[in-house]
Amino acid sequence: MSTCLDITNLSAVLPNGERVLRSVSLSVLPGEVRALVGESGAGKTMIGKAVLGVLPSSVRIVEGDMLLEGEDLGKLQPKARRTLIGARTALIPQDPLTALNPSRRIGPQMTDRLVRILGWTVEKADQRVRQLLDEVQIRDPDRVLRSYPHELSGGMRQRVLIAAAFAAEPRLIVADEPTTALDVTVQKQILRLIAALQREHGTAILFVTHDLGVVAKISQKVSVLYAGKVVEEAETATLFAAPQHPYTRALMAATPRYTDPFASLKPVDEAVLAGLAAEITAADKAWRRPHG
Amino acid sequence: MLLQRFLIRLLTMLITLFGVAVVVFVVIRVAPGDPIAMMLPPGATDADIARLRALYGLDKTIVQQFFIWLSGVVRGDFGTSISLRQDVLGLVFNRLPATLELAIVALLMAVALGGTTAIIGARERGTAVEAGIDIASGAALSIPDFLWGLVLILLFGVLVPIFDISGRVSPQLDLPFVTQFYLFESILRLRLDLTWDLLKHMLMPAVALALPLAAIISQLLKQSLKEVLDLDYVVLARVKGFSETQVILREALKNAALPTLTLVGVQFTFLIGGTVIVERLFSYEGLGNMAIDAVINRDLPLIQGIVLVFALLFVLINLAVDMMYALLNPRLRRG
Repeated sequence: MSTCLDITNLSAVLPNGERVLRSVSLSVLPGEVRALVGESGAGKTMIGKAVLGVLPSSVRIVEGDMLLEGEDLGKLQPKARRTLIGARTALIPQDPLTALNPSRRIGPQMTDRLVRILGWTVEKADQRVRQLLDEVQIRDPDRVLRSYPHELSGGMRQRVLIAAAFAAEPRLIVADEPTTALDVTVQKQILRLIAALQREHGTAILFVTHDLGVVAKISQKVSVLYAGKVVEEAETATLFAAPQHPYTRALMAATPRYTDPFASLKPVDEAVLAGLAAEITAADKAWRRPHG
Repeated sequence: MLLQRFLIRLLTMLITLFGVAVVVFVVIRVAPGDPIAMMLPPGATDADIARLRALYGLDKTIVQQFFIWLSGVVRGDFGTSISLRQDVLGLVFNRLPATLELAIVALLMAVALGGTTAIIGARERGTAVEAGIDIASGAALSIPDFLWGLVLILLFGVLVPIFDISGRVSPQLDLPFVTQFYLFESILRLRLDLTWDLLKHMLMPAVALALPLAAIISQLLKQSLKEVLDLDYVVLARVKGFSETQVILREALKNAALPTLTLVGVQFTFLIGGTVIVERLFSYEGLGNMAIDAVINRDLPLIQGIVLVFALLFVLINLAVDMMYALLNPRLRRG
């Protein structure tokens, strides 16, 4: 089976030459959910942004290939790449409060890609969006479509964004910590919604999160990242049953459990971090910045 | 609620205008210079002077004079110009349209030029194009409007004489206009030959007034755009497949325009203030030009009338800006 997303050897640097992505390789099969897990600054969001072509201007990709359904994103002209990404991918952003334009109504924000990029008629796009709003259990689509973002709650806005992401039947969705900014009670509902829509539509998802509990619930495969480097990758079940890398084991040990609410929070072990630092240094020594 | 806010607003406007009236009334009477002395031929007797003073009410105390004038203003009577011996309100309304046309054309130019360069600069952020725009706007801003006027006169009035440097319209032309808004009326009447003649007179003063404002708009709007362009909803729009230009125009511009709009409101009042000297420079027959004559002649009623009309204009501009602000920002519309 051909892969939906194939990233090989992707490295990206900051202007000072520091690598923020260190020869990252990973792939996502059609209809598969791959979790990217790691602490803040591990580069998990950066990978998602690299795929979608929205890296900050300070970050530059220096080597590696990204294939979206066999098309080499690095070799396409900017306009062709933009259109391809617009047609085949979507983003579920982290913070629903800032991801909707405050001065535009919800309706046009949901339909604009369908109409203006994919060339659908306005009626068809409207129908489609209402269908998706129904799937994310929004019962009064008329009101929601007419609303401005500030008139909706955070959970409602995230539902709107999820519906908009699935509306164009993308092959790949990048979900960038889609539950982090929400209330704990809402988090569960939203996660369940994403999982349900994913199964229903058979969409591949690159699911960025720092929450191992979320990883266990939603993904089939996991890549564990540290300092922009994939330190371990495995099937989700395998990873939880037998984590190989000491960092993965330390992360799991550090995850708070509901079964023991009085246990104190544990940081990741110092020795593990020292080992990781050595690993990163060795990798950087071996790496030669490609020219050109 | 809305009515209450409107009434409060109206009251503030009236208090502002009253304050302006008091200050101007007192200042021009305390300042040196006597309108009567300038009207009389040499050798006039003290009795002549006293009679004329009484005629214009200048023999009374300032407080008395003020309330006599104010009671006239309330009834729409702004008094009679001392130097021109005509009704002040008529004189002002005869000249006001010329100044308004000039200011509006200058404002449109400034918005068009400043807006375009801001959008291009934001689109090409971090490149030589943006640096070029920064340098140009820095230069435009550091030269005041009247100096731009002189530069333009030298360039396009003297060296390459393509524009008229003096007046509002060529004097030999027959003007069929019923209003004083010559430019707007010529467009409405489709007398484009007259429009062209009016523009040839108006373009240079308008550009002189517009350049500094264009630079301010360009710098502020570009900065706001660049800030908005890093926000999440703009990133999302890029992922949807929209080009940078589409992203700027559809997602960023409206939200980035809010701080610029407030500033343009304030700056537009400065621009109108700038018409006083620029009109003089180009012998453009507007209110500002008349204001300078009024001051030179110590024409107290005329100065008061002109200043009060300018003040009213400024207050109305502020009101318009606030209303546009609410229109652009849906979060302000309710409550």
